[in-house]
Parts: sequence; C-alpha cells; structure tokens
Amino acid sequence: MTLIAIVGAGPAGLAAAESALSAGANVVIIDLNDSPGGQYHRQLPEDYHAANPERVHHDWASFRKMRDTVLSHPRCQWLANTVVFNLEPRPDEVPRLHVATGPIDSSARQRRVIEPDALVLATGAHDRVVPFPGWTLPGVYTAGAAQTLARTERVGIGHRVVVSGTGPFLLPVAQSLTDVGADVVAVLEANTVTTVARGWLVHPHRLAAHSNKLRDLGHYGWHHVRHRISVRTGRAVVAVLGDSRVEAAVIARLDSNWTPVAGSERVVAVDAVCVGHGFTPSLELALAAGCRMTSTVAGTFVAVDDAQLTSVPKVYAAGEITGIGGVDSADVEGRVAGLAAAGGDVPARLAQKLAAAQHFVGRLGDAHPVRDGWRSWLEDDTTICRCENTTFGQLRTAYEVDLSLRATRLATRAGLGPCQGRFCGANVDALCCAVSQSDRQQTEGTPAAAAQSRPIAQPVRLSEIAAQPDD
Amino acid sequence: MRVLIVGAGIVGCAVARELSAHGVTVEVLDRSAPGSATTAHCEGNILVSDKGPGPELVLQQLSRRLWPDVLDAIGDDCGREVADSVEWEPKGGIVVATTADGAEGLTKFAAAQAEAGVTTHALSADEAHAAEPFLTRDFTAAYHYPDDAQVQPVAATFALLRGALHHGARIHPGVTVTGPVMESGVLRGVMTTAGAFAADAVINCAGPWAATVSASLGAPVNVKPRRGNLLVTTPQPATVFHKVYDADYVGAVGSGDADLQTSTVVESTRGGPLLIGSSRERTSMSVGISMISLEQMARKAIRLFPHLAGVQVMRAYGGFRPYVDDHLPVIGADPRLPGLWHATGHEGGGIGLAVGTAALLRAQLLGQPTPMGADDFRVDRPALLNGSGVAS
Amino acid sequence: MSGWLVPAADDPVGRSDTPIEISLDGEVLRGIAGQTLAGILISNGVSAWRTDSAGQPRGLFCAIGSCFECLATVNGETDVRLCRRRAQSGDAVTSQARSSS
Repeated sequence: MTLIAIVGAGPAGLAAAESALSAGANVVIIDLNDSPGGQYHRQLPEDYHAANPERVHHDWASFRKMRDTVLSHPRCQWLANTVVFNLEPRPDEVPRLHVATGPIDSSARQRRVIEPDALVLATGAHDRVVPFPGWTLPGVYTAGAAQTLARTERVGIGHRVVVSGTGPFLLPVAQSLTDVGADVVAVLEANTVTTVARGWLVHPHRLAAHSNKLRDLGHYGWHHVRHRISVRTGRAVVAVLGDSRVEAAVIARLDSNWTPVAGSERVVAVDAVCVGHGFTPSLELALAAGCRMTSTVAGTFVAVDDAQLTSVPKVYAAGEITGIGGVDSADVEGRVAGLAAAGGDVPARLAQKLAAAQHFVGRLGDAHPVRDGWRSWLEDDTTICRCENTTFGQLRTAYEVDLSLRATRLATRAGLGPCQGRFCGANVDALCCAVSQSDRQQTEGTPAAAAQSRPIAQPVRLSEIAAQPDD
Repeated sequence: MRVLIVGAGIVGCAVARELSAHGVTVEVLDRSAPGSATTAHCEGNILVSDKGPGPELVLQQLSRRLWPDVLDAIGDDCGREVADSVEWEPKGGIVVATTADGAEGLTKFAAAQAEAGVTTHALSADEAHAAEPFLTRDFTAAYHYPDDAQVQPVAATFALLRGALHHGARIHPGVTVTGPVMESGVLRGVMTTAGAFAADAVINCAGPWAATVSASLGAPVNVKPRRGNLLVTTPQPATVFHKVYDADYVGAVGSGDADLQTSTVVESTRGGPLLIGSSRERTSMSVGISMISLEQMARKAIRLFPHLAGVQVMRAYGGFRPYVDDHLPVIGADPRLPGLWHATGHEGGGIGLAVGTAALLRAQLLGQPTPMGADDFRVDRPALLNGSGVAS
Repeated sequence: MSGWLVPAADDPVGRSDTPIEISLDGEVLRGIAGQTLAGILISNGVSAWRTDSAGQPRGLFCAIGSCFECLATVNGETDVRLCRRRAQSGDAVTSQARSSS
C-alpha cells in the first residue's frame, strides 16, 4: 500500500491528504504546530473552549469538515508537534524523513524515521520584511504575527498600530487587529495605485475564476470604512523611532519604485508597527531533496509540472512554496499533488482550476511587487541580519572587498544565525546586487550556495540526534 | 613564464599568490566562484596534531611556519583589513583519549611526533581541566599541541587571491576546462567553456575534481572525493577554548575504508556557534547529510563534552575532501604530459598545507632548491595512477 | 501598556478560560490555558525578553516559529521559540543574553 508523507498541514497539505486518501493511499501528515490549518486556518487553542470559533475562522464549517475527514481517517496518521529536522536524499528512492515529535524546541522528543513511497512538500511561507531603520525595536512585528496573536490567541499587540507593506494580506491583518480592540491608524500599501491596478485589472476575464476574492475585498473594504481605517497606497513606514521600544513610525510617500518622496515624511505616534512585504516560501526541505528551483520576479520557488511534481521523482510540492497565491491556489495545488502522488490522474476540471490558480499567482506578484527603492530607506547602521546584527554598512564593506556573496556572508555572519537566513537571505542577495553569474551557480556535488540550503531544517538537540529513533 | 591554475580553492589561490609574487604571469580558472567548493565546506584547520611522522607532517611544519609570514605579506600588499579578515587564530589543539588502549596509542603517537619536531606535551588531569573546564572527567590521556591553528577558510582564500591579484594575476570565475591545447605532445594550455587559454604550465588544483580535470587533459590522476559532515550549534557562551579532538581522529584520517568513520572534533567559533565534526565517507558526490554520520558525531561529542547534550544544532554542512589512496597529496610535474603539474589531493589538510604546497611547487616550477624533499608527493605513484579516478 | 488579552466576557468567540501562571525571570505572570508563552508575555505588556549581541532588547517578531527572535530558556531548556510553545502552568521562563563577539 502506497505511503505518502505530507509535510505541512496547512491548506495545501490538508488538500493533498484528502485527495491522496480518496485515491486509496496511506498518508502520514506532519506539522510543527499542535493543530492543523497552517497560517490561513490557524485555530483557536482547544483550551479556550471557544463556543463560536467561526467568528475568527475563515470558512470554519468547511475547514472543520476537511480537518475531521482527513485526521480521523483510518489510513491517515497525524503527527502534530512534529518537525522534519533532516531530509535525507537516497539514491533512486524517495528521500527519508527524520522527524522529532514533542513540544517545540524541547529535548528528548520522540524520533522517527519515515520512508515514504511519495512525498508532498507543503511547507508554506513566512512574511517577508524589507529592513528599515528601527525595525528591530520591540513592538515591530510582522503582519502575520499581529494576525496570529489576534485571531488565534485573542491578544492585541498594540493600542495604536500602523500596518505597512504590500499585498492584499494587509487588509485582513488590520481587521484582526481592530477585532481585538486595537486602533489601526493606517494601512499602507507601498505600491502605487497604478501598479496595483495594472496588476489586477489587465485581462479581467482571466480572473473570472477568482470572483470570490472580489467579494472578500469588498468585505474587508467595508470593514475598513466602518472602522475609519485609512488605507493609503504608495506609502510605507520607512523608519521606526523609539528608545527601547516602538514610539513612533516615520511614514513617507513613495514613488513607483518605492523611493521616498523627499519632504513627504510624517512622524506618527504608535506603539506597534506591523510589516509585511509579501511572503518568502520555506524551501529548506525542497532544497535538501535536490528539487530544482525557478526564479520569478516574486522570488525563488520550487519548480513543478502540471501534476505538481518537482524535478525529483516521487517528490511533489504544493502551496506557497511553488508560488504565492493564497488559500485557493494552495487548495487546488494540494489536491493535484495528493492525487498525483497516489498514482491518480488529474481530471480535466481540476487541471483547469490549477491553470487558473497559477494565473492568480502571477497576478499577485504583478500587482504587489517589492521594488528596489527600499534600499534607499537604509542607513549605514540599519540592521540587515537580525540574528547576527549585521548592519548595512558592514555588509556593503564586506561585499565591496571581494564581490562574493559567500565570502560576505561568512565574514559578516549575515544569514548564519539561528534563523539561518530565512529573513535576511533575500535582502542580503538584493543588497549585494552586483552578483556575478558564478556566484549564482550551484557547484555540482556540493551543497548549494543558495541562502536557503539548510540540511538541518529545524533545530534539534545533540542528545536527540544521538538518541536512537523509535520504530 | 605564463601559468594557468585550474581551481581557485585554497590551494589554487595559495599557488597563485606564491607564483605571481615570484614574477610568474598567472591566470586562475574556476568552474564556479573562488573558494566555493571544498574550501567553503570545512572548518579551516591548520593542524600538526593529526599527523604522524612522515612527509605530510614535514609539509605541514613548513606550511605552519609560512602561514603567518604569508599573512604579513598580504597585509603589506593589500592592507591590514584583508589580512585580518582571515581570522588567524593560533588557538592550539588538545587531543584526548577516553580508553586505556586509546591512551596507549596516543602516547606512542605523541612521542613519535615529538621526535619529528612537533611541539606537544602531555596534560595532567588538572592541566586539561584548567585548559578545558567542560571536558569530560572520564579521559585517560590528553596532549596539548600549541601549534594547531585556525583560519576562516573562504576569507583566507580570498586574501590569498587578492595577494595574487596584487602581483598581476587574473581570475576567471565560471570557466570550466574542457580539454587540452597540445603542441607537439606538450601541453600548451587548456580549452574551456570560455575559449582557449595558453600557458607554459597548467597546474591542476581542482580538489575533488582533480581526476575529472586531469582526465580531460589526457593524464588522469586518481583523486577521489571523501565526504565529511559538520554540525553547527546555535550561538553559545564560551565553553570550549581550543580545538579538542578525541584520539580516534588520528585513526580515522589514516584509514582507507569506504565505510563511514567518525571521530570527534569540537571547537568554538567567533560569534558563538560550536563546530562539531567530523565524519569521513566515501560516497558519491550527491547532496545530502547522512543521518548516521550525524548520530555518530553527536554521540562522540557528548562523550567528550557532556554539557553539549542540551545544545541545539542549527545547521549541518558537508564537503568533499580530495583523497588519494595512500593519503599523501600530489605535488609536482606530471611525467606523462609535459606542461602539466598537479597540486591537489590534500584530503582533510588542504587549508593547513596550502602555503607549504605553494612554496614547494614554486620551487619545482622555477627550478629552484626545494624547501623539502618532494619525492613522496610525485605523480607517478601507484595510488595515483591506478583506476580511472573520475569523480562520480 | 501595549499588549493585552481580550477579556473572555468581551470576546465574541465565546471562551471559557482556565487561568494559569508562569514566571519570567522569577516574576509571576498570569495567562490562560492554551496561550503560547510569548502570548502570555505580550498580553502582560512585556514586549522584550532577550538581549541581542549588540546588547539591545528583543522580543517577538513573526510569531509563527520562522524568525527565531523570541528565544528564551524554558524550565532550563535553552533556545526555545516562545511563540510556538504552549504554556503549562508553572513554566519558568528565563531570559537569554547573547554575548557580543
């Protein structure tokens, strides 16, 4: 009986599990959280005993149905609180997964080895944030953090909050904040209205399959009007002021390349700033598996075919790691991946939905790009690598010496701290932008020069590595 | 004289600097970026402690003497910051045995090394714990090697390269050698993905690809990849002060088994993370960290430093040591093909041996008296010439 | 004080709370069962509990376990991501300071 391992129990992973199960396969689905849903369907804690979870949960009824169908299926093994800390490629076989189950970052977790017949990677994404002066002050959070705390813990992160970044995600973040009683001073979309409109409004018929998103947009728009939240385009928080925590945000008008318009800066007193400049996919397991990547203007993602198959046999990828497209794309990609992994054929209707989803991914990237002008927000002492406190000045000096990304990283330790470059990798690459072709090349047979190459994908204690896995 | 160096790793760049500083016109080719392969995936070790009496030890002693001089010269030529970027640290090493047999072996080994001129002395239990307070109480012998040192290997490679560029060398990254340029049976250059390069001598410094490169030039040498993995911990407050090894390290280096061998090496780095190694495996050059190598390294590290049990590993990486069956590098002219030279096969000692190799090769190339006998490193040895040796 | 937990009485999701207590560097903080350790700190107005290598205060950033900003020692275990660790009553959190280099 085919065993399909699915890493990630967000929308893509759950959809893959559902379709793989319906195609007759055995499924083991793994997630580091204690309940499924990923970011989009992140649930309230069980111990809250919420009587009305649908008040904070998107599509609660349909999510709960899918969750229960999948997790309680006799052919499904659900591994919560489980990290894949090492993905070990095997010649002519599907990679082996080394996992540890237990409270996150604890010691003496239970180790297991999983050798699946097929693998679906649905590891999602995290907020991308471009750096700016003051962004490491306590009180600066990602947009996702504000929403996670508000929706799934009922915690407000600040009384006067500004939300800044790019992408439709900023609107539900602002709503989550007002729902817990925060005063959202402004929602700032960095791209100009022209950029956003051009991205969305061109060939409107090709977005016909996504009319539900217009409805969502209307819903958020109405919320913002009702709560008198100011939504501005072509604006961003370009610096944060404060002594030991956030005290004020500097908001500037931006040109279409994100360069601040001189003299447009305003200082606004706030106690929290939430920033989200799009999303960075979590590629470490795909890289460890040897999957080929594809570079788009929106970033680097796992390359897949129309069955969501990567360049590695029997390894599939779905959801944000193949392109940022949100829940609907993740769902259809997951369905296709699970079906294909189980050896099924992708029916025409699903293939059409997949094509529409891929189109949406492209549109999102077109309408909400990250433009280079953010580099002009930086000062010499602006932190670029949060973990190692590498500043812009240090990075520039090191790179100018040898014009080598690798040498620069090793000399400044940018990207070599605990987050292993998840948050600074793309920014360091962009700042050292005079990258030579040979820097980008992967030297065959050696670990990739890619910022995201992380054979240990999640931290694990020496004692856990030393311990024998359970069977 | 015009020389082409194939491979801009630590050895290639050391040779480039040495030759160009002696008036040779040097061009360095690398299929990727300088210092991006084996050099970028190692610890940066410069060790006398792991070498028993023999030619490799002599080369290491030469090299160890030359390293600070070379860094001084680079400082003079290219500026203090370039030399400082190398993070030269003469931190010293401590080798520890944890069994009675291990103690006996280590004591004999150290005595032989001492006779060969290596500075080493036994440490009492008190001395060992003064030097390394977190070391296990459960050891049977410990020896201190004050001459073991450390550099940041990629920074060292770039510093050497900059020294070479200062003396007029040129670097061509992203260029792959595809074949020879021959003239009356003599190698007069190489064909590459960027066209032909002419030279009076071509020096193969291609590390794990030395076999591939030499085969493409018509004179294959049997240099093979030997995988090594390292663990990197999250940043820690300082608890380890030297390079600390268990005595197994010595045995692992000298073995020829294709199977996995591990032994413990633990050291701290600037910035706080500890490096824990190291394994040796003859595997194909595919990406991936074998779990079993990590398990063995972890167990042995905890045996040496029990406090490490609770420390988190945040990264693992591995590289390919260029390995010759008789465990000696190859340095010298290829008798089969006039115009071809080799300086490779340094296995796990490339960083430490680089500048000594460069001095030796320079003397050979320019017909000068050599700083040491080079016969043991010659090309026409059975270990180098048997088998196709092409890296897979 | 920035940071609060919506009182159960005001929460439309209809909670029934079980109060718990944890400590941060010995100081007792109150929360409810189901919260993450980071959530309890934030809702008690604590926005920083770590010192970075430049001696600056750090707290929470991404809240989903990707950025490794929110690390602290929990019941003696170092480097725990507080944003993903559910609080158990009696958990002792101690702050970590990264030495400069």
